[in-house]
Amino acid sequence: MSDAIRFLSVSKAFGEVRALSDLDFVAPSGSITVLLGPNGAGKTTTVRLATGSMQPDFGDIRVLGLVPMDDGREVRARVGVVPPKPAFYEQLTGWENLQFAATIFEASERAARDAAERFDIAHALDQEVGGYSTGMRTRLALARAVIHDPEVLLLDEPTAGLDPESSRAVLELISELAGKGRTIVMCTHLLHEAEGIADQVVLMDNGTTRAAGHPRDLARRYMADPVVIFDAENREVLATLEGRAGVIRMRRNGHVEVALDDLHRLPDLIAELVAGGARLTRVEPKQPTLEDLYFEMQRRHREEVTP
Amino acid sequence: MVRAVARADLTRLFKSRDYWLPLIILAGLFFVIIPFIMLNVVSSADRTPLMAQIGDVIGTLPPAIQDNIQGDSPSTRAAYAFAVYLLAPIAIVVPLTISSAVGANAIVGERERGTGEFLAHSPLSLREIYIGKLLASLVPGYAATLVGFSIYAVIVNVVVGPSVGGWFFPTTGWWLLIFWVVPPFIAIALALILRMSAKVRSAAAAHQASTLITLPVIILSYAAASGLIYSPTWSAFGIGLVAWVVAIILLVRGSRSLRRERLLGVASEA
Repeated sequence: MSDAIRFLSVSKAFGEVRALSDLDFVAPSGSITVLLGPNGAGKTTTVRLATGSMQPDFGDIRVLGLVPMDDGREVRARVGVVPPKPAFYEQLTGWENLQFAATIFEASERAARDAAERFDIAHALDQEVGGYSTGMRTRLALARAVIHDPEVLLLDEPTAGLDPESSRAVLELISELAGKGRTIVMCTHLLHEAEGIADQVVLMDNGTTRAAGHPRDLARRYMADPVVIFDAENREVLATLEGRAGVIRMRRNGHVEVALDDLHRLPDLIAELVAGGARLTRVEPKQPTLEDLYFEMQRRHREEVTP
Repeated sequence: MVRAVARADLTRLFKSRDYWLPLIILAGLFFVIIPFIMLNVVSSADRTPLMAQIGDVIGTLPPAIQDNIQGDSPSTRAAYAFAVYLLAPIAIVVPLTISSAVGANAIVGERERGTGEFLAHSPLSLREIYIGKLLASLVPGYAATLVGFSIYAVIVNVVVGPSVGGWFFPTTGWWLLIFWVVPPFIAIALALILRMSAKVRSAAAAHQASTLITLPVIILSYAAASGLIYSPTWSAFGIGLVAWVVAIILLVRGSRSLRRERLLGVASEA
């Protein structure tokens, strides 16, 4: 699998503010790569650099084998972008906005109509965009971004402001596009979104890559300790788990989540709790989520930078 | 591509009544209402104190011009002088005002609306975006001028024409003014305004700054329009030629000053 996008030690600053600092990541062709990070992590800057709309201060960027700053026109003709807050000419209708995009990207009106139908916005094309809801805008933005059948799709917070149903629909459409061989790079700070669709997650913070890989591999790498959820009718007894042999750490969240050094310790722990009077209602090994992973990485990073 | 950028802006403008209505009123006022009232008043003001004053004004014009003024009666001569010489500068004030109002918002408006992001990520070259914006700003002002000029010509011929032996307007000076001198002066103003529009942080600031830019250009072009309408044809042609050269230099420099980062709104200080 070749690389659709490659960032190598890319840095970008705006005056005193460092947006990216030695950012490295690769988005393989035909995959969904999720850039995951808090606000200000540098995700939007990454998208803008990928299209050549901005110039990096340092580092090497390749998109479809091209250098965006040198071959910007070709890169932008082969890439589709959905910005974080999709904006349109409000007084124009949805169709007029799509026609404008079709002309610029040298796509046919048929392609514009097909894109609108694919994203279920064809019914509203005669309306002025000023009257569109957030969901309709997002759908129109997605239609506009794929009007020229791009090889790479850069989506910057595509579900921002959407209700859960619309978010799910958008994510399904994104997965569908990836299934057709398109390379998707999606920026988000919503962990549950990344979880469902990502082939690769790039965890970003302060403009740099903290980790990259498939969510499962990252979990294995950073969350090697098995976690078990305990709950009981008499929850106070669960506090006795702290300090027992094999318990690495414990987190209370109504129920109790316990990280063990070895899952084989579990039968003994259960026996000890029951012997201690615990009336257990739940004992469940927990699959680490991306959220767990994200916070674990943040925790480790804080430990690294704080002596 | 250029046409698409210009057409999107023009369609938007056409659909915004709040925007184009004042511009139509401005053009109507300067090209139709004021000339119609003034020419009618002057034409029917024979042997009044007003006519004596107008006669004094005409007496200050160069002798060659005075020889060109047609008509037998003082009122006819005054109306002719008004139509051909004294109202000429409106031909430049109207398009400059309209085009400046549109142009000031051209680039900073894209940034404020967020549509600049789409343009920045598009395969459009910066020159295509710039020329598209230039056309979208130039066309409303110039179109209003052409329509206004046509109506003005009809008013002049209908009101003054019968007294001087038939339809006589536009004169050579006016043809040159409208088709050779006005376009480069609009282009000069727009080159400065688009450059400023790419640099400022808000549309409000752009409108403020455009006033400062437009005013000197209006004064300069007003003087040029007034002068060339009295001058022999060759000098009018020369003024236009110089204006074209200046306009082209400024436009080329302006198109080079636009950057994608400015469309994104991350280089406003640069």
